[in-house]
Amino acid sequence: MRRFVEAREPVGMEKTIYGFVFRHSLAQQLFLLALTVASFPVLYVSLELPKQIINDAISGSGFPRSLLGLELGQIEYLMVLSFAFLGLVLMNGAFKFAINTGKGRLGERLLRRLRYDLYSRLLRFPLPVFKRTGQGEIIPMVTQEVEPLGGFMGDALAQPVYQLGILVTIGAFMLIQEPILGLAALALYPFQMYAIPKLQRRVTALAKQRVQHVRRLSDRIGESISTIEAVHADDGSNRLRADVAHRLGGIYDIRYEIFRRKFFIKFLNNFLAQLTPFFFYSIGGYLIIEGRLSFGAMVAVLAAYKDMSAPWKELLAYYQQQADARIKYDQVVQQFDPPGMIDEALQVEEAEALPRIGPESRLGFENAAYAEDEISQPVRSATLSLGLDEHVAVVGPSGGGKEELGLLAARLAVVTGGRAHLDGTALADLPQAVFGRQAAYVGPNASLFNATVRENLLFGLRHRPLRPAELGPEEAARREARAAEARRSGNSDADFGADWVDYEAAGAAPGREMARRMVEVLTAVGLDDDLYTLGLRGVLDPDAHPGLAGRVLEARAALRSRLDAPGAAAPIEPFDADAYNVNATLAENLLFGAPIGPAFEVGNLAGHPFVRGVLEEAGLLDRLEGIGLQVAKIMVELFADIDPGHELFQQFSFIDADDLPGFRAIAARADRLGLEGLEAAERERLLGLPFLLIPERHRLGLIDDDIRRDLLAARRLFRERLPEADRASVEFFDADRYAAQASLQDNILFGRIRHGEAHGAARVSALLGEVVDEVGIREAVMEAGLAFEVGIGGSRLTQTQRQKLAFARALLKRPALLVVNMATAGIERVARRMLFLAARTAMEGRGILWVLESPELAEDFPRTVVVEDGRTVEDGAYEALSEAGGPLARLLRQS
Amino acid sequence: MALNEEVEALRAIPLFQRIEASKLRLLAFTSERVRFRPGDLVVEEGDIGDAAYIVLEGAAEVLVETPQGPLKVADLGRNDIIGEIAILIDVPRTATVRTTEAMTALRISKELFFRLVAEFPQMAVEIMRELAQRLDRTTNDLREARAQLAAG
Repeated sequence: MRRFVEAREPVGMEKTIYGFVFRHSLAQQLFLLALTVASFPVLYVSLELPKQIINDAISGSGFPRSLLGLELGQIEYLMVLSFAFLGLVLMNGAFKFAINTGKGRLGERLLRRLRYDLYSRLLRFPLPVFKRTGQGEIIPMVTQEVEPLGGFMGDALAQPVYQLGILVTIGAFMLIQEPILGLAALALYPFQMYAIPKLQRRVTALAKQRVQHVRRLSDRIGESISTIEAVHADDGSNRLRADVAHRLGGIYDIRYEIFRRKFFIKFLNNFLAQLTPFFFYSIGGYLIIEGRLSFGAMVAVLAAYKDMSAPWKELLAYYQQQADARIKYDQVVQQFDPPGMIDEALQVEEAEALPRIGPESRLGFENAAYAEDEISQPVRSATLSLGLDEHVAVVGPSGGGKEELGLLAARLAVVTGGRAHLDGTALADLPQAVFGRQAAYVGPNASLFNATVRENLLFGLRHRPLRPAELGPEEAARREARAAEARRSGNSDADFGADWVDYEAAGAAPGREMARRMVEVLTAVGLDDDLYTLGLRGVLDPDAHPGLAGRVLEARAALRSRLDAPGAAAPIEPFDADAYNVNATLAENLLFGAPIGPAFEVGNLAGHPFVRGVLEEAGLLDRLEGIGLQVAKIMVELFADIDPGHELFQQFSFIDADDLPGFRAIAARADRLGLEGLEAAERERLLGLPFLLIPERHRLGLIDDDIRRDLLAARRLFRERLPEADRASVEFFDADRYAAQASLQDNILFGRIRHGEAHGAARVSALLGEVVDEVGIREAVMEAGLAFEVGIGGSRLTQTQRQKLAFARALLKRPALLVVNMATAGIERVARRMLFLAARTAMEGRGILWVLESPELAEDFPRTVVVEDGRTVEDGAYEALSEAGGPLARLLRQS
Repeated sequence: MALNEEVEALRAIPLFQRIEASKLRLLAFTSERVRFRPGDLVVEEGDIGDAAYIVLEGAAEVLVETPQGPLKVADLGRNDIIGEIAILIDVPRTATVRTTEAMTALRISKELFFRLVAEFPQMAVEIMRELAQRLDRTTNDLREARAQLAAG
């Protein structure tokens, strides 16, 4: 059997957290340990020196003294010792700093490695695992649950040794001072060491349960979110509440039990700690009275005992932390070691030379079987040989194993019995890259990322970094430092920012040619119109597409000349600096531009001092407030009886349902007091309303000719007087300039679509199409559509669009084998035929295995395989089989 | 006020004439005013209708498809309603309407109409009453026609 990458012994996760820590950081742990031990003498001397300063330098005698060959008087001697003390304090601090940051860094690296390992393993799980395990369980494991492990892993070796060292030193000191008392002081430690872990173990077991309960709870919450539709539709929320309350109750019980036990341990510990002084007083006192022990010795032992409590507490804390970390680690690692994991070597490592798949290759199954677990065995015995220049349809009843056969053929599942091979090499032994780069798969649900159409298409071509990113020297150094750090934590050091796209596989050069190729493929699968529409709505960076802005302006001019042609009933009203646009809002008419940022947004205009000043000067302020009052009255009257939540409100009212009572009150006050009687804030609220008015749409007849004339004057004032600081807040309409903020469509239209024009939308899009083609930017518009963000899981596209995009992704990499698995189920007939045609034309002379939803669709394929009850029962030409009276004929009759 | 003009037009339609003025104003405000060019098709025979139109200005002709080609059966002008059945039930348009000159109409979509009816049950009662009267008239017509046939 050929091997393409050197297979290694499958490496499981280390079984224990210590195994993990020592395997990946033994040298660093030992270094930290050495540093800790080295800090002891410094600590000791820095404790010793003050005694010498007091006893020797201050109250000593016999000066001058000689130190290192120098004769020193008392003052100098004091100074030397004092500075030595200062130096020691600094050294001590430096040691602590170095040890703590060392521990921190070590812990962070280990945590990073652990998370990366877990994620990397997740990517190697066999697919059926994801049917059983919820996202809600897995995600918190990688993100939150392992978080506290970082701190512990840094402390793993140095901390217990350090604290134990202190304990041992003090214990030895006591034993030397007074053996009997020393023994009394230490007598209870063995008992504590025996009893406390025993008690702790029960707490540990409870903590384990708690982790599992919380995990299941988070899975439940995740499930509630994903099934929220059914929850509302079936009024199931109370049942879910009860379920979650029940689970929370379970967690409460466990936590309460943990607290009880934890505090009992604490109580016991404190009691034992207080018991020792009891021995001191009784035994020590007795010995002193008997005259067998000096008073000073007892004081020294007592003082030393006091110093023991701090490290002992630290050790206990470490012990608890360790117990906690062990459970967390165990539980996480268990979950990340499912049977049937994909061999790391087959997925991660880059093979020297991948076997080529070509038209002469054959994909073979002999008595292939596939079992997901003990119970379900969807494929029992499949035998099939597929030349990779053939187009084969697979049909059969649903649940009969055809879908799983598709998974096997795409190497997404591995046979559990019989043989599946490519030119004699078992599929299971092939690196993932062989099929991943030379075959393509389209399943029932397109797997789309929350990114642009372009990113989604290119995902099929990005397998490894091919061309390094172009970086300046500084950036390159930073990048190299990051890569080195990644390697230290066993992470991938592949540059995410490099160009990963395999242009050769797509058969197009980088840049424009690739974009064109993408457009071509999307056109083939029937996404061209959608792409064009999305492109028109898209915002384009004119700097990134030199020349395009100019062409868009040409299109704008071409459109304008069509609109201006005599006798043309234009569905668009162009922007004109000297005319009021009755299809635009009053705000747009005043600004004669689009706001950038919040300053001139329509909701903020009424309160903007500059805008108010301009309106005042044009003599419009009072009149617009009056119009605002009329609008408020009309809205109050029209929508008075309508439920605030009603769609009519949201769709047509100028006023939010919440604000309506406020405006009703204002209108009532104005009826009594007149506009002048209102307060400034009320008038400002009224002024906000007319800015939204579009005369042609709302037909309230409030914006008369006088207002229009004066507003044009205000428009000019606005432009002339606009303060320098506000220039960046508005992009003025300019017939000769490309508006970078606006969509392509708005740039071409340079006007507003007229309201109430029969068949207006259709005529506008026809006109747009004409001018787009006239200046030849259709392709550029479609390329702009590549930048459309598809949303989470492609949610901004329709089901059909998503599937088409998945087909486009598959075809873009020009695979040697295309496996399609029930991928056209929700797609209507015409679009489905188009996909058939696109795929089969593109795959001419290469292999297709197409698992079909219903048997009659196989008619177009030269060869049909029928799978029933996990077995391949028929194989041949559609015509012949459908007349043979066998399984296919039966299927056709049933459908 | 343009809106008032539309309300007047609505009031002239028997189907709407009993409905309160304020509701008609809401109906007019939420409906769209549509301009047609001469020769535009307003509705086409056989299509599933989704709106009714009330002519505010201009004129149109009603055409029925016959084996000999389209046959003009009626003229429409100001305050005439086009396709009101379509906003009550899903039936294909029974005739084609084509404008003979520039025409402005108020478009009342089925969706909006139903939302208003759902919101104001009084409207439904008024419409029911109007339809019942029509049914009564039609039944009378039928009876007379039968009698004439029997006599003839």
